[in-house]
Amino acid sequence: MNVGVFEAFTLVVRRELCLSFRRPEQLLQPLVFFLIVTTLFPLGLSLQLSLLRDMSPGVLWVAALLSSLLSLDALFKGDADDGTLEQLALSGQGLMVIVVAKTCAHWLVTGAALVLVSPVVGTALGIPVAAFATMMLSLGVGTLTLSWLGAIGAGLTVGLKRGNVLLSLIVLPLAMPLLIFGAGATDRAISGTNAAGALYFLAALCVFTCTLAPFAATAALRITLE
Amino acid sequence: MWTWFYKLASPPSVYAAAGALAPWFLATAAVAIVYGLVDGLVFAPPDYQQGDAFRIVYVHAPSAWMSLFSYTSMALAGAIALVWRIKIGHAVAAASAPIGASFTLLALVTGSLWGKPMWGTYWAWDPRLTSELILLFLYFGVMSLRSAFEDPARGDRAAALLGIVGLVNVPIIHFSVTWWNSLHQGATVAKIGKPAMSLSMLWPLLAMLLGFMLFYGAVLCMRLQGEVLNRERQAKWVREAIKS
Repeated sequence: MNVGVFEAFTLVVRRELCLSFRRPEQLLQPLVFFLIVTTLFPLGLSLQLSLLRDMSPGVLWVAALLSSLLSLDALFKGDADDGTLEQLALSGQGLMVIVVAKTCAHWLVTGAALVLVSPVVGTALGIPVAAFATMMLSLGVGTLTLSWLGAIGAGLTVGLKRGNVLLSLIVLPLAMPLLIFGAGATDRAISGTNAAGALYFLAALCVFTCTLAPFAATAALRITLE
Repeated sequence: MWTWFYKLASPPSVYAAAGALAPWFLATAAVAIVYGLVDGLVFAPPDYQQGDAFRIVYVHAPSAWMSLFSYTSMALAGAIALVWRIKIGHAVAAASAPIGASFTLLALVTGSLWGKPMWGTYWAWDPRLTSELILLFLYFGVMSLRSAFEDPARGDRAAALLGIVGLVNVPIIHFSVTWWNSLHQGATVAKIGKPAMSLSMLWPLLAMLLGFMLFYGAVLCMRLQGEVLNRERQAKWVREAIKS
């Protein structure tokens, strides 16, 4: 059967989404984790909303990074364990199409979902409604970049037994610029100043990563699959 | 046409070359470092603002510079090994990583020791300190990835790829950390601007830099010998080399 590149892409995305929605608990767990982590900070720091508001961009972004990382381990693991990934690699389609499709699907079920629940968390942390648009935009762009950085890490650690900790060790240093600009944009939106600069940097990082990371993630997967 | 090159890059000849080069590197490094230390610690004039405390720069700046240099050479060696499948590149990368991580740690420690009298604190989230810390994390990532694989060849290639990804990221991290401070507020820590150094201060610094590079070369040669022996432990020439 001859399948075009775009068709293969949509097929893999649909398969991934279908698998995720068949197991809603897997879909919800990172979101619940996100909520729990953001709950920890007020309890540990202070209950005063005015103080929390100063901390909130960092808290929000650290929680988002951690919860996205949590689900990254499963990006290739399930398919690699049961042999699906090898079959996909042998399917005649370039491995990169499959990597791109899987990563996009991963972002849809984790990053995009995170963006959707972020207003709830934002309210709890005292972020004003006026800053929600910037916060959600920065989270959306940032988690997409993170999914791509994570795809490289997940590709490198897919064959390992305890790859989860190593994955965090690899991906988190690479993700620090995201934290800086993402939290920076949110911070500026909260204080009512112009957040465009930080958002532009975030978008530039996103474009840069989305352009190069597919090659790196595919190469990583080839190294570990071979 | 390239056979001479492959011959040169074969483990036995690399082992022999590294063994022959190491003492030369070590001797020249010792000369440069002794000159740099004596001139820098004794003869260079004290700084008009920092007094004698500035003299730690003679260890701090070269190690910070070498931390980047070792990372770059590690990533490039890995890239060469990945692209042209020259196995010795992986050995060079593996030998380079711990040296680079040590230089990074040295730069961090000397930096914070310098920070105490100058800034009044051991640690400030200064852009340079922060990006140096992230560099240390990158080293840790590469080193632990290499050792995480049971199949060493796979670990080598995975670490090489991560090294390249990190190399692309190092400037991004550096600039984002630098701009993030300007994004927040004016610098809270009085940062000492880079003074135009007088030549009497600059010469020892350059000598130390050269000395550190030669020292890196010497340690790299020694570690490379160990790496090659370990990787080729099944080969006949290793048995012969160890016997003799």
